[in-house]
Amino acid sequence: MMAFDSVSSFLAMGGYAPYVWAAWGVTLALMVGAVLHARAERRWLLRDLHRRERRQANAAVGNNSNAS
Amino acid sequence: MWRIIHQFGSPKGFYDFSARLQPWFWAAAVLLLLTGSLWGLLYAPADYQQGDSFRIIYVHVPAALLAQSAFVGLAVAAVIFLVWKIKVADMAASVMAPFGAAMTFVALFSGAVWGVPTWGTWWVWDARLTSMLILLFLFFGIIALRGAFTHRDSGSRAASVLAIVGVINIPIIKYSVEWWNTLHQPATFSVTERPSMPAEMWMPLLLMVLGFYCFFIALTLMRTRNEILRRESNKRWVRELVRGQ
Repeated sequence: MMAFDSVSSFLAMGGYAPYVWAAWGVTLALMVGAVLHARAERRWLLRDLHRRERRQANAAVGNNSNAS
Repeated sequence: MWRIIHQFGSPKGFYDFSARLQPWFWAAAVLLLLTGSLWGLLYAPADYQQGDSFRIIYVHVPAALLAQSAFVGLAVAAVIFLVWKIKVADMAASVMAPFGAAMTFVALFSGAVWGVPTWGTWWVWDARLTSMLILLFLFFGIIALRGAFTHRDSGSRAASVLAIVGVINIPIIKYSVEWWNTLHQPATFSVTERPSMPAEMWMPLLLMVLGFYCFFIALTLMRTRNEILRRESNKRWVRELVRGQ
């Protein structure tokens, strides 16, 4: 059995809407934010590591062509 | 046994093993949190005294429990790092601290907005609230201390010592509602007693608590893997991994 009979009464939370939604909203925002941050962090790290590998590979090729 | 610990404790071993564990914890977290949220927000009956404001419990209690567990996890990781010099433990500790601080903030914030309609105030210097605020400052202190040294190892060791010393605050938080006369109510869940709430109220809470823990484990695995990439970036296996992608 649902505790609310309409969407508007659900949103109103029996008159406690600001409190309930503030608490849930902050929790959701922080948790979603944590996931997005962790994913972006991984992307940044891999991009930097890739860039470094490419730079070193290019430098190695450059040295070889100078030597020949 | 030692071989398994050693393998799991090596950065590469942990990186590979956690990659396999991670999706299960994410899946469990999403499933538990979605079910718990819908159940708690839509189907749990309103409290006969607090009305619908009691639905804050479904974020407040899990966050508060997890905040304390994160601190214990931090202290355990600190001991493993200091005693056995396992670097992965320190990397895990470094990613547990910010999320632990976030959960402590969630517990304090949701408690404050819950306090307004039920206690008539958003803050009292009550033992439970004050010890949780101290927990938040301990998390901040550990994060700041780690960053305050030029040598990473010195920062790691200082942060570890503070985590181990600070764990004394955890039993204080737990027993604060029994030792002192507090406005905060005693524990909602107990291993030894039957819950004082009806099942349709505490079942979603249990799902939320488990969901928060799975989320924490998944996030810690994910960010520890990031930290491994960062700190081990000059190791051969990391460079081969990057080249292979």
